[in-house]
Amino acid sequence: MAIQENGSVKESLRRFIQHSVQLPQLADDEDLFATGIVNSLFAVQLVTFIEKTFGLEVDAEDLEIRNFRSLNAATAFVEKKTQYA
Amino acid sequence: MKLNDMKLHRIGVIGAGTIGTGVITNIVMSGLHAVVIDQSPEALARSKAQVLENARLAPLMSKTLPRVGRDELLQRMEHTTELSAAATCDFIVENVFEEWAVKKPLYEKLDRIVPAGVCLGPNTSCIPITQIAAVTKRPELVVGIHFMNPVHLIPTAEVIRGFHTSDYAVSVLLHLFGLLGKQAVMVEDGPGFVSNRISHIFMNEAVFVLQDGVADAASVDAIFRKCFGHKMGPLETADLIGLDTVMRSLDVLYQSFQDSKYRCCPLLRKLVQAGHLGRKTGKGFYEYPDLQAAAAEQKAQAVVAQASAATA
Repeated sequence: MAIQENGSVKESLRRFIQHSVQLPQLADDEDLFATGIVNSLFAVQLVTFIEKTFGLEVDAEDLEIRNFRSLNAATAFVEKKTQYA
Repeated sequence: MKLNDMKLHRIGVIGAGTIGTGVITNIVMSGLHAVVIDQSPEALARSKAQVLENARLAPLMSKTLPRVGRDELLQRMEHTTELSAAATCDFIVENVFEEWAVKKPLYEKLDRIVPAGVCLGPNTSCIPITQIAAVTKRPELVVGIHFMNPVHLIPTAEVIRGFHTSDYAVSVLLHLFGLLGKQAVMVEDGPGFVSNRISHIFMNEAVFVLQDGVADAASVDAIFRKCFGHKMGPLETADLIGLDTVMRSLDVLYQSFQDSKYRCCPLLRKLVQAGHLGRKTGKGFYEYPDLQAAAAEQKAQAVVAQASAATA
């Protein structure tokens, strides 16, 4: 079902981000990069995780921080690329 | 020779580990040519793939980093297990295992192979530059470089002047840095220079705090990230560097200074003995589930390579 699939994309990303940044709580729209929660190395790790987990290849034009800035942004990006929406 | 006339194009990179790979990435993305030399064909293959990946994801880090196509990158790199390839280089950056027993014979051989007048740049984290230069017949051309990980993304590096390092050698290195888009902070020689001498006490004390049960790893790192604005806390930094590398650097500092403040924390040594080296093994002070598969594969490849060598 679309909603379950949607939920699992977000939850999968949430688990990865929370585990990586050791945050007990993560707001869905929290800008990870602006608040200094993560550094640029994390962006690479997140992209690599997304590619492996969802079987995507992130194109050159997609390599913008805005696509991975928050849990919501990363989820929307994966949905768009995999047409889970 | 005027520096602007000097040919600094073929840059020898000895050691294709994490730092070496970052150096190669920086070199090829800056339009120079990397001659990559490592004893292990597997390490060379991994490094090549990682350079391509680094370059592919570079735009994510910075809009100013150049976009270089895969084919062009491949043309700018050559990989070999033969140290003799160093004879064709205009400058040598060395990043092998941080052990004197490994570096000493390497520099003796390099000094015979590399043409006279070519500078050697040890990328060492704790071994003094003067010590390395002393095994060569060109100590005035040996200038230390301490790159920080990830090399292609960090614009500044520590540059160390050995006892005999000449102004000429420093000028050549700074010229190379200009081509690589890097800035240097110049320091004098001494075990651990500035960066590692201070940072390793910091990381080591964080492990002692953990060992003593004062706080867990996440809390220790959170104090430094959130209260002091550090990009990474000391324990996650240790995981990134590699706990074995941190331990070895502490041992070098301890041997050099004979000062107990550099004694390696028992917990750190225990983790290394248990095989938990940080990101490279998928577990250190933290677990990295997304890296564990890659670490297991690397270990399996090493076992196969060892078995093949034994039966050959």
